[in-house]
Amino acid sequence: MGGKTNEQGGAFVKIPQLLAHHNDDNVAVVVVEGVTAGDELFCVVTEDNSDFTIKSKNDVPIGHKIALTNLSEGDTAIKYGYDIGKIVKAVSKGEHVHTHNLKTKRW
Amino acid sequence: MSTNTTFYGFKRENGRVGVRNYVAILPVDDISNAACESIAANIQGTIALPHAYGRLQFGEDLELHFRTMIGTGSNPNVAACIVVGIEPGWTQKIVDGIAETGKPVAGFSIEKNGDIATVAMASRQAKEFVHMTSGQQREEHSISDLWVAAKCGESDTTTGLASCPAVGNMYDKWIPEGIFGCFGETTEITGAEHLCAKRAITPEIGDKFLRVWQAYQDEVVEPHKTSDLSDSQPTRGNIEGGLTTIEEKALGNLEKIGKKISYIDVLEPAEAPAKGPGLYFMDTSSAAAECCTIQAAAGYVVHVFPTGQGNIIGNPIMPVVKITGNPRTVRTMSEHVDVDVSGVVRREMTISEAGDALIEMIVQTANGRLTAAEALGHKEFVMTKLYRSA
Repeated sequence: MGGKTNEQGGAFVKIPQLLAHHNDDNVAVVVVEGVTAGDELFCVVTEDNSDFTIKSKNDVPIGHKIALTNLSEGDTAIKYGYDIGKIVKAVSKGEHVHTHNLKTKRW
Repeated sequence: MSTNTTFYGFKRENGRVGVRNYVAILPVDDISNAACESIAANIQGTIALPHAYGRLQFGEDLELHFRTMIGTGSNPNVAACIVVGIEPGWTQKIVDGIAETGKPVAGFSIEKNGDIATVAMASRQAKEFVHMTSGQQREEHSISDLWVAAKCGESDTTTGLASCPAVGNMYDKWIPEGIFGCFGETTEITGAEHLCAKRAITPEIGDKFLRVWQAYQDEVVEPHKTSDLSDSQPTRGNIEGGLTTIEEKALGNLEKIGKKISYIDVLEPAEAPAKGPGLYFMDTSSAAAECCTIQAAAGYVVHVFPTGQGNIIGNPIMPVVKITGNPRTVRTMSEHVDVDVSGVVRREMTISEAGDALIEMIVQTANGRLTAAEALGHKEFVMTKLYRSA
């Protein structure tokens, strides 16, 4: 699915399919319904409105995360620029990140 | 800056301003619920507040029960209050506590009277209170007279992107205008507690927050957990919505306190803020109904509730404004949504615009607009219980 366009303040902007909070983040959130494996996703970093594209390797529901880089077991997942837990199963760039490969470092 | 600088509310005897005008019928204990519901059925314009507790409680748990009861009756959204309990002692204690506000309040006890005579006597009094209060008019008040609490629920990754930052933006704009704010959810700060501590106005208040947070870990999580809390924190609904860990959930939750402001004190559950205008942290449950109930008991008159997957919570005396940034929730549960900020995730709406949309809805709600939860009849009123009864 390609990025749609809408008009905002005179400038055309693409509607993102993926949002990251911070430039240090290694995971980002799918914000549209219907993302399927192979989709080229337009991602915006909310911190500074920078953008890039990344190919999704899975069908990923709205609200769920995708890895922005290859992550190994023991790595720390970063979102909002902060630690949100440890990778417990290797993840490749573009793969779905959730309870099957990411765990809390707390309880 | 918002043009919403005033609202129309009901001035109370103690100077506080309410946004609703209820005659509340308040049971002291679970077994007085039936009488209270009968009184409310007899007299139009009253509302019964049934709940599950109030018997054989003791110590700190009993103090919290009294604080919640007295605080609920004292809330400025309540114009007058009838208190009904099984025995006169605890009933009078609650009546006396509410009477300190100066508002009309009367107590009735059931022992030696029975339900029928009690309901008859209390119904006559309730009818008088309805006549005394139902003609009261709203007057224009400064926004600084508004007490606005916040809590999020059925959170997902969109709450951290859109609806919680919108609440934070509202506080960033309105706390400097002199409103009272409140956030809580002690256990759900886990993973961001170090960041939360830094948002206190002084290191001492930050330490006070960390002591409250650590006490929950030590006294509740550690003694009672099995493997971990990963089925409750995050909840199944959170996980369905894409939240994986408590750290991720906590960082989104904390977006509710904005970017610029500091909290000025740490409150016990249902404790009224006493350090003047500003943002307060309250030690609360993260369960929506419990949290809203004790925030209302602390005196807050409007609640803002960011949700991702679609929490449907309401409160009987405090309007709960629902805000979501999840386009699927807007599509599938629109009747529960007061403020749609899904434009934020499409980059069609800025966080500041989302905050302004929320501010506009808070003012409309304060002026009398029924929230989605009010229109749908949500009246969840749930005591926080600290431990088993005697």
